[in-house]
Amino acid sequence: MVGYIAQQLVNGLILGSMYALVAIGFTMIYGIIRLINFAHGDIVMIGAFVTLGLVISGQIPFPVIIILVILAGALMGIIIERAAFRPMRGAPQVTGFITSLAVSILLQNLGILLLTAQPRNFFCPDYLQTVFNLGSVSLRTIDLAIVVIAVVLMVFLVLLVRFTRLGMAMRATAENLKVALLMGININRIIMLAFAIGSGLAGVAGMMWGARYGQIDPLLGFVPGLKAFVAAVIGGVGSIPGAMLGGYLLGFAEVLFVGLLPPIYSSYRDAFVFIILILILLVLPTGLLGRKMEEGV
Amino acid sequence: MLEVRDSHAYIGQTYVLKGVSLEVRHREIVALIGANGAGKTTTLSTISGLTRSRRGKILFRPDPDATQRDITRVPAEEIVSMGISHCPEGRQVFSDLNVWENLLIGAYLRKDKQAIQSDLQWVCELFPILGDRRRQSAGSLSGGEQMMLVIGRALMSRPRLLLLDEPSLGLAPILVEVIFEMLEQINAQGTTILLVEQNARMALELAQRAYVMETGRVTLSGTGRELAENEEVRKAYLGAT
Repeated sequence: MVGYIAQQLVNGLILGSMYALVAIGFTMIYGIIRLINFAHGDIVMIGAFVTLGLVISGQIPFPVIIILVILAGALMGIIIERAAFRPMRGAPQVTGFITSLAVSILLQNLGILLLTAQPRNFFCPDYLQTVFNLGSVSLRTIDLAIVVIAVVLMVFLVLLVRFTRLGMAMRATAENLKVALLMGININRIIMLAFAIGSGLAGVAGMMWGARYGQIDPLLGFVPGLKAFVAAVIGGVGSIPGAMLGGYLLGFAEVLFVGLLPPIYSSYRDAFVFIILILILLVLPTGLLGRKMEEGV
Repeated sequence: MLEVRDSHAYIGQTYVLKGVSLEVRHREIVALIGANGAGKTTTLSTISGLTRSRRGKILFRPDPDATQRDITRVPAEEIVSMGISHCPEGRQVFSDLNVWENLLIGAYLRKDKQAIQSDLQWVCELFPILGDRRRQSAGSLSGGEQMMLVIGRALMSRPRLLLLDEPSLGLAPILVEVIFEMLEQINAQGTTILLVEQNARMALELAQRAYVMETGRVTLSGTGRELAENEEVRKAYLGAT
């Protein structure tokens, strides 16, 4: 039993790592331009396909693939921001929200058009499939890699935001766009950077998603996008540590729910996720680590 | 130093500035007074580039021997680097950042590390409380301290011209005195100041010259003393009967 719970906790850690990576981008973009970006999940899909393309195209070493996937995600984020969201800057929040839905539908259908809706097997090189046992917990190399990569990236991001001049400018811009502009901060660059970082992380999450589930299709972004949204809201939208916390909480909650309750309930796990969300928002309307809402600008 | 010529501006659909002209000379303190909604804040925003004027010109010459530049269409961040620093109303500190970071971000565009350090020292001499609280988050400061921080942050860009919007708003009278004394000192050390104020009495005392704005236009101008003695100004803004 202890071994079973340990295995479930490890599974929660893996799932949580993916949710956290996607939630970070969600929260960063909301934090800076108050945009609820429903196209964010589709970057996960793009990351998964880019990874697959790189893996089958030849002998590219795994660390290089990771970097290329991050760059591809970041580039996608920059393009989307430039093409879709920048023209909508200053428009009401709802307009941005609807724009993001449009971008999401566009990306999904482009995916179907170019790649067909047929799910594809996600090839994982053999050395990533090696199973090893830690006591009663069994892990594949890729599972370990998922957790390690996620943690390294998150530590890197926190250090960037906390301790660098750029991070300071990002925090300032997130708090007060107008005054940041008066400090001489190039707002467009900061917004672009938030999209690039957030989408880069979502791209890596796509790689992990494919490796974990073994099959990918152009519509796979919906579920991680939605879960990341929930994770970001649980943690407090706009707070990066909140998104991480929310992601891991959600990962653990989901896995434990499925793992510990009788199997007939396991198909209700998404309902369960939303019940958690509702309960947390009832008690803490701004999420676990969210700031008090400032008045509308 | 600064010349605003016939500036017209809109906020959304509202026609706010209907041809404002004013001038600020080197090393002056100039006050802009008037009722709510007269367009004082918008005048400052058009100068700092936050709001674009539809018509008119804004000319700026950072130093007496520098060349004059038309800054009407220059983006806000470039205006900062040219030497105009705008303190918006309402003590908008970055409350998530600590006091030190707030000051450093004021110097965001500067590359001269050593001069930034010495300016930090200078600001902390002006406002010792900021040095004492450097690690504290700016959101935890009192209203008066936040006002000092906002002015200190603006000074960190080494402005030639400081635009101040309602520094006395919501502060206890004793604190207002302190802030105004500081402004006098900052001005004496070479920074020109354009001050928007509801507190007309104190503003006219401090300023060498002043403009009175009403519904988007400048209706009166003169030295601080002239305006303080002007019958209409006394009735409308100084509470004389």
